[in-house]
Formats: sequence, structure tokens, C-alpha cells
Amino acid sequence: MSKQTVLYDTHKAMGARLVPFGGWDMPLHYGSQLEEHHHVRRDAGMFDVSHMTVVDIKGADVKAFLRYLLANDVDKLKQPGKALYTCMLNETGGVVDDLIVYYLDDQWYRLVVNAGTTEKDLAWLEKRSATYDAAVKPRRDLAMIAVQGPNARAKALPLLSSELQQKGRDLKPFNAVADGDWFLARTGYTGEDGFEIMLPGDRAAEFWRQLHTAGVEPCGLGARDTLRLEAGMNLYGSDMDEESSPLESGLGWTIAWEPQERDFVGRTVLEQQRKDKQKRRFVGLVLTGRGVLRNHLKLFDGEKEVGEITSGGFAPTLERSIAFARVLPDIGETCDVEIRGKRVKAQLVKPPFVRNGKAVIDL
Amino acid sequence: MNTTPTDRRYAKSHEWIKDEGDGSYTIGITDHAQELLGDLVFVDLPEVGSQVEAGGDCAVVESVKAASDVYSPVTGEVIAINEALDGAPETINEDAYGTGWMFKVKLSDASGMDELLDADGYEAMIADED
Repeated sequence: MSKQTVLYDTHKAMGARLVPFGGWDMPLHYGSQLEEHHHVRRDAGMFDVSHMTVVDIKGADVKAFLRYLLANDVDKLKQPGKALYTCMLNETGGVVDDLIVYYLDDQWYRLVVNAGTTEKDLAWLEKRSATYDAAVKPRRDLAMIAVQGPNARAKALPLLSSELQQKGRDLKPFNAVADGDWFLARTGYTGEDGFEIMLPGDRAAEFWRQLHTAGVEPCGLGARDTLRLEAGMNLYGSDMDEESSPLESGLGWTIAWEPQERDFVGRTVLEQQRKDKQKRRFVGLVLTGRGVLRNHLKLFDGEKEVGEITSGGFAPTLERSIAFARVLPDIGETCDVEIRGKRVKAQLVKPPFVRNGKAVIDL
Repeated sequence: MNTTPTDRRYAKSHEWIKDEGDGSYTIGITDHAQELLGDLVFVDLPEVGSQVEAGGDCAVVESVKAASDVYSPVTGEVIAINEALDGAPETINEDAYGTGWMFKVKLSDASGMDELLDADGYEAMIADED
């Protein structure tokens, strides 16, 4: 039986098509996934992301614990509310999950982890934190709503408490402010400006309605996927997993190699892999022939198989099909994709494809 | 929900076929099918002159979500395709029973039509699915 967020009844009332995702019944769309995508690129859309889990970690050793647990270094976080994107690795350098970590104070950090990996992550956190003074507490009482798009902040701010309005007006990207259990972060998963807002679950339906009245359109997971793909943002389980390292997933930039004396889970294997000239590359693809790129399609250079698509689809902003792929290191600038037995040409590009409403690749 | 037109027949795999009265039959997917698929972004049609077989896959519709095969409800020869769909696959979302038609065939054996569902039968079938 799938779980339901506190907004489930609201989604149904607003005409959502609900589908199972990561153990939850979530809106796929509210009519047209394409229109929802364009709303976010051109104006403002909102997503119920309450299926993701907020995890507070508190205690005297939290910082030391997270510096050991995470491949990025929370020592970079000096200002309260500052956020960092990171992978949490296993001993073989595979990705247990990708997450955002917020620094709140020296004894309090907050993680936001994926829905489908929550139980695994909590078990991992419990086990790894055993030798530290660090208490792991999932905040199931909180809902989370992402408001995204060029007009998202202007439409959402007036609905917040005067304190959050004041603190939120000049909030820099990848920073957050709190007011009680309300938490306002200038983050997102669409390549547009906006907020991710955590709030008490029992206030979520009312806030969602207020956002809608303010002209923010509800958007489902379908649009969320095409937006993040265009924005060059990885999806856990498709683009990386426990079998693939950040270095093979386009996430090398999230690994903090310095200081060298910092030990973190997976470091030894990553150090080896870093020197490996044969490791696979993670690239973007634009389909130049007809069709749609899909997950797991194989890539060829002549008869030689040179890679596989990790996630692909139709890019509404670009009006063509794009993908991420894991490929051999020596691949050229084009390749063939096998679609239903036919070979179709694709061009290799460096993600992202779209930022702030505009294409950032040459088509 | 659009009403299901009574001037044509339906396959259980969600295609419709309409007798145009001039020896040609027009084929498309149903409004129910387009709604399940979501926004369509690509359509791959059979070639004019090719043979299609009843129950055989002969076209592909791809939505933002996934690719789906389209099965021919009858056996025959493709005599026309809706080329406008190439640049505007969303036409099927907007008008599945009209301007969103996919291809026309000349039947080699019209008796296959009798095995297909009428509008009531098709509506009953999708009501059962829900």
C-alpha cells in the first residue's frame, strides 16, 4: 500500500493523475505535463515534494560525523542556513543517496533525502552515527513544497510570515532561513529560481491553496523530471546508484578532495578511480534524428557498443529529445542510439541543457 | 470525457477504425488511449504501400512518459498517413477521433471488422478497466 502525503486529497480535488513513486502515491500531472513544464520555465509552478524526507541530526559530534559520512565537506558551511549538495557513498564508492545538507548551528544539521531511499538511508545513518554524539531524527511532521520559476519567489513571499518575508527577500541561492517549523530555502530541482519550503504538515493544504490563488500552478512528477533533465540534474536510481560512483555520474564536482587528511566513506576507492583513464564518462546527448531517447537505450559507434542512456526523454523547452549517458572515455562527438532496432544519430553535449528558461547548448 | 463516436469500430488495444465508404478505412487511437499516454511528443507511422496485419504492431506513439506500440485492427495495405502528425503529435491529444487520425488502409478482408467492438462495447471495456 502506497503512502500518501498530507496533500493527497488536495491533489485529487485538483484533478491530479496519481501514480506510485518511491513508495508514495504522487501526482504525475494535473492535465498536461507539457503545460506544467512551461509554467515553471515561464512563470511559476509548485510541486508537492513531501515524499522526500527531512532528517535532522543533532549532537556535539554532528559536524565530525557528517565530514566522515558525506563525500562533500560540510566544513564549507560557515553561515547558518547555508546548503550543500553531496553524495553519501558506500565503501566501494557507490552512491547510497544524493542529498542536500543544511548547516543550522554547530550541533544541528538538516538533510533532505530521496523518498525511495529513505528507509535505507535512515538505517545507514543510524549505523554510521553509532560511535558519534549525533542523534538522527526524521521529521515526518513536516511537509515540503517546491515553488519554482522566474516569478516563484515574488508570488510565494507575500504568503509567508513577516519574519520569513523579511529574511527571505534577500536570501541568496543555496541558503535557507527558518521561522519556527517553517523553513525557507532558495533551492530547487528545475534550473529555475525559486524556493523549497518546509512547513508543518497540518498547514500544507492551506498554503498550497494560497499559492494556487496567487497564480502558482500545480505541477506533477512528470514535469519535475523533464525540468531536472533539461537543467542537467541527476536522478538517483537512474543516473547513479550503489553500483556507480560520482566520478562516473557527472558528480565529480561534489567530491571535496581537500583537505587530504579528511577521511570519508568511499574515499580510498574514489582516489583509485580518479586516476583510472578507462573510467566511463557521463555526458549529455541531443538526438539529431527522429524519435525519443529513453532510459537504458544502447549507444553505438559503428558496431561497437560505447555506452548506455541513464535517463532520457523529451525536452519541452528545446522541443527535441535529450538524455544523460554513461559512455566509454574515448567516444567522439556523435554516436548512434539504437531505438527499436534502428540506429539514430545523437550529438554529445555538456549538461546543463537549459538554465533560467534559456537553452545553454548549441542546437 | 469525450463520448465515443458510434460511426466506427474499436480494438481492445485502444485503436479505432472507421469505414470511409470509398473502400478506405481510417485508423487512429482512442481518446481514452491518448489520455492514458499523456502529452504526445513523437509519432512513428507506417510507410505508404506497406502491409499491416490485424493485431500486428505498425506504428509507435511516444508521450512525455513512454513509447507505446499501435496495433492495426485489421489486415490491409497502408494507402495514406497523416503527415501533419510529424510536426504536431499533440493533435492526437486534442482530437483523437478527428484530425488526430494516423493512417488509412485498403482492406484485404473486410470480415475482420466484425470481430471489433462497437462504441458501447468499447466503453464497457474501459469502464471495467477503471
